[in-house]
Amino acid sequence: MKAKVTISFKPGVLDPQGRAISHALAGLGFEGVGDVRQGKVIELDLAETDAAKAREQVEAMCQALLANPVIETYAIELAK
Amino acid sequence: MKTAILLFPGTNREQDIIKAVTVAGGKRPSVVWHRDTALPEGTDLVVVAGGYSYGDYLRPGAMAARSPVLNAVRTFAADGGCVLGVCNGFQILTEAGILPGALVRNRGLQFICRDVNLVVGTEKSPFTGGYRKGQKIRLPVAHQDGNYTADAETLKRLEDEDRIAFRYADANGVVSDETCLNGSLRSIAGVLSENRRVLGLMPHPENSIEAGFGGTDGLPLFKSLLETLS
Repeated sequence: MKAKVTISFKPGVLDPQGRAISHALAGLGFEGVGDVRQGKVIELDLAETDAAKAREQVEAMCQALLANPVIETYAIELAK
Repeated sequence: MKTAILLFPGTNREQDIIKAVTVAGGKRPSVVWHRDTALPEGTDLVVVAGGYSYGDYLRPGAMAARSPVLNAVRTFAADGGCVLGVCNGFQILTEAGILPGALVRNRGLQFICRDVNLVVGTEKSPFTGGYRKGQKIRLPVAHQDGNYTADAETLKRLEDEDRIAFRYADANGVVSDETCLNGSLRSIAGVLSENRRVLGLMPHPENSIEAGFGGTDGLPLFKSLLETLS
């Protein structure tokens, strides 16, 4: 099955890239854009077919490598 | 003092560290490959040098922090061994959880490559014993992800335990958020571990060791290590 991990900065951690994007959008005339946060998406192809086990695996991967728990949070989505 | 320098794919300051240790009067360091699982027998000091380990993929230092040699470094540090992480080495040590906090993209998003003013935060460590607390020094930096961040509790601990080794300052030695080079919280340029035997810093002391080549403000760090560890 496939897994999609979305990694973003924790609330409270300054995201300089998000801030620059916000300024650039304002410069282009897009109004009403407040806080912008830039994250990353990691897509994984897994041999595992059981959703619960797959989630457990990806959770362990996030903890071990994919996210830095000091500054980042993550969300896992699974798809067949 | 027996020094071991870690070498990852993308490390590029290992020769500068070798030069600095020898100019300070130490023995020529050995270089340890990232796949090695043990440090050379009798190692006194491990240096995690600067560069772009693994091309900064995922996060700077993330891949290197999970490589086999880091397990040996973690054990070495836990046993009271001295570890110095410079620039990417600092990022690797935070990613490995050996030092607290994290280093994110510079406030201005730019790669900053120039000499910067620093103030020494503490002289109480094997690395900073050659400086005075409050001393102004000048060292080069070359980084894009040197913006130190940590939660409020960690920052308080670092302050309370006198573990902030260096802070960014202006030419008069004034430390403030406005004069901070890259957005680092509390203007932190370098931090010590709880036992004060691990130092991570973004500036490059190894590139300020000869008067004809940009100054000598980095030399006391290596001399202090030599005095402590020889």
